Amino acid sequence: MTTEQRTLRVLIAKPGLDGHDRGAKVVARALRDAGMEVIYTGIRQTPQMIAEAALQEDVDVVGLSILSGAHLEIFPRVTAELKARGIDDVLLFCGGIIPEADIPAIKEMGFQAVFGPGTDTNEIIAFLREHAPERD
Amino acid sequence: MLSELAAGIVAGDRRALARAISHVEADTAKGRELLADLYPRTGRAQTIGITGSAGAGKSTLVAALAREERKRGRTVGIIAVDPSSPFSHGAILGDRIRMQDLTADGGVFMRSMASRGNLGGLAEMASGVVDVMDAAGFDVVIVETVGAGQDEVEVATATQSTVLVANPGGGDEVQSMKAGLMEIAQIMVVNKADLAGADTAVMQLRGLLAIAEHRAWIPPFLKAIARTGDGVPELVDAIDQHQEHVRTSEHAEAERRGLAEAQILSLVRAALYREALAAARADGAIDALVSEVAARRRDPRSAATSLVDAVRDRWAVR
Repeated sequence: MTTEQRTLRVLIAKPGLDGHDRGAKVVARALRDAGMEVIYTGIRQTPQMIAEAALQEDVDVVGLSILSGAHLEIFPRVTAELKARGIDDVLLFCGGIIPEADIPAIKEMGFQAVFGPGTDTNEIIAFLREHAPERD
Repeated sequence: MLSELAAGIVAGDRRALARAISHVEADTAKGRELLADLYPRTGRAQTIGITGSAGAGKSTLVAALAREERKRGRTVGIIAVDPSSPFSHGAILGDRIRMQDLTADGGVFMRSMASRGNLGGLAEMASGVVDVMDAAGFDVVIVETVGAGQDEVEVATATQSTVLVANPGGGDEVQSMKAGLMEIAQIMVVNKADLAGADTAVMQLRGLLAIAEHRAWIPPFLKAIARTGDGVPELVDAIDQHQEHVRTSEHAEAERRGLAEAQILSLVRAALYREALAAARADGAIDALVSEVAARRRDPRSAATSLVDAVRDRWAVR
């Protein structure tokens, strides 16, 4: 390990068909300003594209933003694609328009946090710093 | 014996490759060991640098290049370098946006890299990642950089064939490039050639080259429209010709040696600078000098000289 603190690499992706990327961009920028390297892949990402990007970029964290309401359909496909590539140690989080009632199911899928509209970006930064996986 | 990680890379394990690149990028002990292990297995890939100013269309051109290489049956590794913020050291790496269709292609591996500060280490990191991708067996490895400044000129030492991307109407910008990039680019492309002034831009580039010294390889001047793919097959042909030149011409040995020397020197420069800076900062010597120079009690040149002397003394003691 180097003596300096490891630079966290975060993939921010928008799965599905909605084009509302404001939230994803605000989060990406906040994480950049907190010293993280953010790979932003843009809108309309398939689960395969997200998992493949996570693999190639060797990220510590994957954040998904979704406002279409299709999270319960798409998120399990993303986690399945990650798993198929042997990626089992990234920190998963999500944001967007996600009803309270769906949060337990999403956590069950392996997402450690759900950040809804109005979340203070400092809260997200602190969460990622605390929960990002250790590496050798 | 190769380490487990190195063996994984050679065997085509993409996860191992991704992990290895992180080690090289962070310059960990594991990363250095890996590079030493893998280097004898490098040298097979065509290594290509794409440089040019922000907005020249480099990402789009790299994506178009990769598609054309894939059509020709070659596998492609891509390294896209974006600047880190000098304030937070963070970065937003957005080059994948223009290469979305390539993500689904198993014959392509794309990695985004942040320049991570200015310790002369960009070329160091990039050449290491090129070597890892070369050893992983990719037929072509493409490095995309922001073409502004010394750091980026040095990145040219990481690849065999450097392509300079310019645009129509960028006369002044081309002028400002001549000092560094013109000398290190082997192929010139005017991208967005459907805009007015493409021929003028080609002429300007040619004019600049005419005043440069004569070389064994005469850079071709091409026009392309990366967005549609026009001119991209010709670009790949030109790269192939340059690769042929690098590998088999009577100048091949001299060019290989030149590249090796440039790589070693750029690594030495980065390593010495890092060590010297650490030494200068260790006992606060630099802070005292900064105060004196800032107050104009002392000139920066003599301050630098005394700092270098102090660093040298430190090293001598050690």
